[in-house]
Amino acid sequence: MSLSEIVIDGRPKRMSDTSSRKPLARASTLSLGQSNFSRSADEIAGQSKKIVTREVDFFYEAKQALYKVTLDIPEHCVTALIGPSGCGKSTFLRCLNRMNDMIEGTTISGEILLDGTDIYRRGTDVVELRKRVGMVFQKSNPFPKSIFENVAYGPRVAGIRKRSELNEIVERCLRQSALWDEVQDRLNDSALQLSGGQQQRLCIARALATAPDVLLMDEPASALDPKSTAAIEELIFKLKEIYTIVIVTHNMQQAARVSDQTAFFYEGHLIEVGNTNELFTNPKEKQTEDYITGRFG
Amino acid sequence: MFLAASTREQFASKSANLDLRGIFELAIHGLLLACAAVSIVTTVGIVFVLLFESVQFFREVSVWEFLTGTRWSPLLKPQHFGIMPLFCGTLLVAGGSALIAIPLGLATAIYLSEYASPLVREIVKPILEILAGIPSVVYGYLAVVFVSPLIRDTIPSADLFNAANACVVVGIMILPMVVSLSEDVLQSVPRSLREGAYALGATKLDVTLGVILPAAMSGIMAACLLAIARAVGETMAVTLAAGATPNLTLNPFEGIQTMTAYIVQVSQGDTPAGTLEYRTLFAVGLALFVSTFVLNVFSRWILLRVEEKYE
Repeated sequence: MSLSEIVIDGRPKRMSDTSSRKPLARASTLSLGQSNFSRSADEIAGQSKKIVTREVDFFYEAKQALYKVTLDIPEHCVTALIGPSGCGKSTFLRCLNRMNDMIEGTTISGEILLDGTDIYRRGTDVVELRKRVGMVFQKSNPFPKSIFENVAYGPRVAGIRKRSELNEIVERCLRQSALWDEVQDRLNDSALQLSGGQQQRLCIARALATAPDVLLMDEPASALDPKSTAAIEELIFKLKEIYTIVIVTHNMQQAARVSDQTAFFYEGHLIEVGNTNELFTNPKEKQTEDYITGRFG
Repeated sequence: MFLAASTREQFASKSANLDLRGIFELAIHGLLLACAAVSIVTTVGIVFVLLFESVQFFREVSVWEFLTGTRWSPLLKPQHFGIMPLFCGTLLVAGGSALIAIPLGLATAIYLSEYASPLVREIVKPILEILAGIPSVVYGYLAVVFVSPLIRDTIPSADLFNAANACVVVGIMILPMVVSLSEDVLQSVPRSLREGAYALGATKLDVTLGVILPAAMSGIMAACLLAIARAVGETMAVTLAAGATPNLTLNPFEGIQTMTAYIVQVSQGDTPAGTLEYRTLFAVGLALFVSTFVLNVFSRWILLRVEEKYE
């Protein structure tokens, strides 16, 4: 099946109701796993802007990694960041929860607004920011603790001590990440005993446990087998009803399947951004077209 | 025809070369093996001598008396051969120095690994290496002229040579070891774990205490055991600082004698070779060897388990 077929087959018919803040329940009534449910350009436009970036420049020491990136990330949509290795898409993602702060010698300029507030302004509580903007990494990184303690870690550092409350959060998050049925009998086993796909879903559950608004995913399925990948993609469909998701992926089919909006990065520049179906079927820029048709990258 | 012959000659000369090279390779192999054999033969030899002389000793003194006796006076009449006082002295010094070195060393390692800027790290680590390079006799001397008066100012009833004295200097001696081994272990905790924790809104203290320390715990335990083994084997400083009175006590302000210090005392004295007194050397040496060996093996075993975990 060619790429364009995947995209065209799944023309968005659902989800005309753009104000949907509620329903995880509704997402589960959809027949998940079939082609895609991307929101149309109109629907995306109807969503409020969760994150807005304005002219973001980013440097590792003297090397510039991002050039004037200006991008709107709509609420309750999946935004995919695509582009060849080293194009800056991961760097951009890590700007959104200030993860790059941990790397020595990096500088950033421009504005990144989360719900209208600049997250790089003086006095920003980075700890608070990261609770609101969760992150799932390329390589699953469960803590060497029990399954339960992995999920409970975020709530615990946030000060939740009551066992009943923690139990409730752990169960809810493991259900949301579609792992509950597989692990409910062995919550006290080490997380390191889980398979790769399970570990990654555990990391998603762990990220959900801090009740974030935004979920950043850095190639979450790149190290997984097709079945686990499908499970994670299915999960993303459900999660976007509750969260705003930004996902970095190398896999263009994946971007086409899961995202509503796609942004194409090349050599630190944001080349093109648009509704996923349109970007894949009718790219405006030559470089985008070359990349998505596999002519380079 | 001509071509074929010349090619054959070439091959023939090549194979002669090959023979020569083969012999050379073999010689090198043998030479390197011989070098490696030195350390193995030495180890086996030492263990053999220790065992041989100890067996002679245990013909005259029962193992039971040796291990459980509470008095040690092989050089004085009436002779007593209970190693407990020496063992207790060693334990006191090792335990006391661990009590000083482990909390301090661990805190330093955490600071260097998690909190310090690269610049501070660049300055502190070489200083620690200098500390590790100070000869142990210098530490012993410092214990006598500096630490002991300090302790006796605070606690007037303390003996001039006492265990606390030795604990302080041995603690400082093994400190660099605790720091550098623990810091290595902390650094080896994968970056992805740190990032995972920070991404959940954890503070530096949360990450350090809740994720990094537990992940590094077995490695840190191994580091501490190695440091304790070093303290058990430490000789010069404790001989100078702790005194030469075998004393079954847990009071750190009394004079004691450790196993190592006893060995020094007998080795430099005029105990005639071949006597029972002389053979106590080997029995105590064997006991010391077994203690440090067990500690070393145990800590290596722990370290191995850590490495497996982060494949």
